[in-house]
Amino acid sequence: MKRLMFVSALAALLAAGPAGAVMPDEILKDPVLEQRARGISKDLRCLVCQNQSIDDSDAPLARDLRVIVRERLTAGDSDMQVVGYLTERYGDYVLLKPPVKATTVALWTAPAAFLLLGLFTARTVLRRRPADAGPVPLSEAERLRLQEILSKGGQA
Amino acid sequence: MRRLVYALPLLVLAVVGVFFFVGFDRDPKLIPSPMIDKPSPAFAVPGLRGGDGTVGNARFGGTVTLVNFFASWCVPCRIEHPLLMELARAGTVRIVGIDYKDKPEDALGWLRQLGDPYTVIGADRDGRAAIDWGVYGVPESYLVDRQGRIRFKQVGPITEDVWRTTMLPMIKELSQ
Repeated sequence: MKRLMFVSALAALLAAGPAGAVMPDEILKDPVLEQRARGISKDLRCLVCQNQSIDDSDAPLARDLRVIVRERLTAGDSDMQVVGYLTERYGDYVLLKPPVKATTVALWTAPAAFLLLGLFTARTVLRRRPADAGPVPLSEAERLRLQEILSKGGQA
Repeated sequence: MRRLVYALPLLVLAVVGVFFFVGFDRDPKLIPSPMIDKPSPAFAVPGLRGGDGTVGNARFGGTVTLVNFFASWCVPCRIEHPLLMELARAGTVRIVGIDYKDKPEDALGWLRQLGDPYTVIGADRDGRAAIDWGVYGVPESYLVDRQGRIRFKQVGPITEDVWRTTMLPMIKELSQ
């Protein structure tokens, strides 16, 4: 019984996960809307602290933006509209994941391009390397010399 | 072919080097505004001083305007203030102040102490008007042209250098 209680408590703790910086007074009554708000906030950059999402940041501006996200959702905006509201004001910079567009093509394709380049280089280099033919056999002179050393070594 | 393979790593290094050279020179704290060349956002905030009335973009237009977001609690705003006072004395441009997340009595005290360069001042108590402008810290300043479009954004204090090389020539051009 004790063990079951421990396991269930542990499971509850793990399921809860980090609460971010969201304050109790910000949380919406509707759990579905709140869940959407959390999801959106996790992908929005805090402009003051830059490498945190507004969901994680304690900065006052991050709080204001979290409240705005929740207000827009309550007013009936779609997730896209909420994100659009913020990119209109702060640009793509508020998105932690940059969108795919003409200016970001290099960013998105570079990893795959480098991988292909690496594979191509590896293939070329490996192909050019002569096949492994095993150790080169001794020449006649070397064989005689070896025999001589071995027979001397035996006597010492 | 073999030569190309050997030159490839060097080529890649050169390209990456150029990216780093340019990238490290940029200030990551400066976020480019998507609102340049767009109409100033609709907003309306109560005035800070007695005669200011409601301050909103309905009051812009007709003449080039410098919209300056400031606060009495903002230390860099103190650095910028003497320049704004100078501009007000010279009458170069209309300066609209937006007092950001501030107690009105604090802001009024600050202006009494340091001087008041503003034509009108709006009080943005909850910071919502600032968010509509894409403000993410104070001070921030915008140049709005005669048609009410945003033409330039300065993040942080307006320095003598930015003023002389960029903003003043732009104001002169926009005023013609």
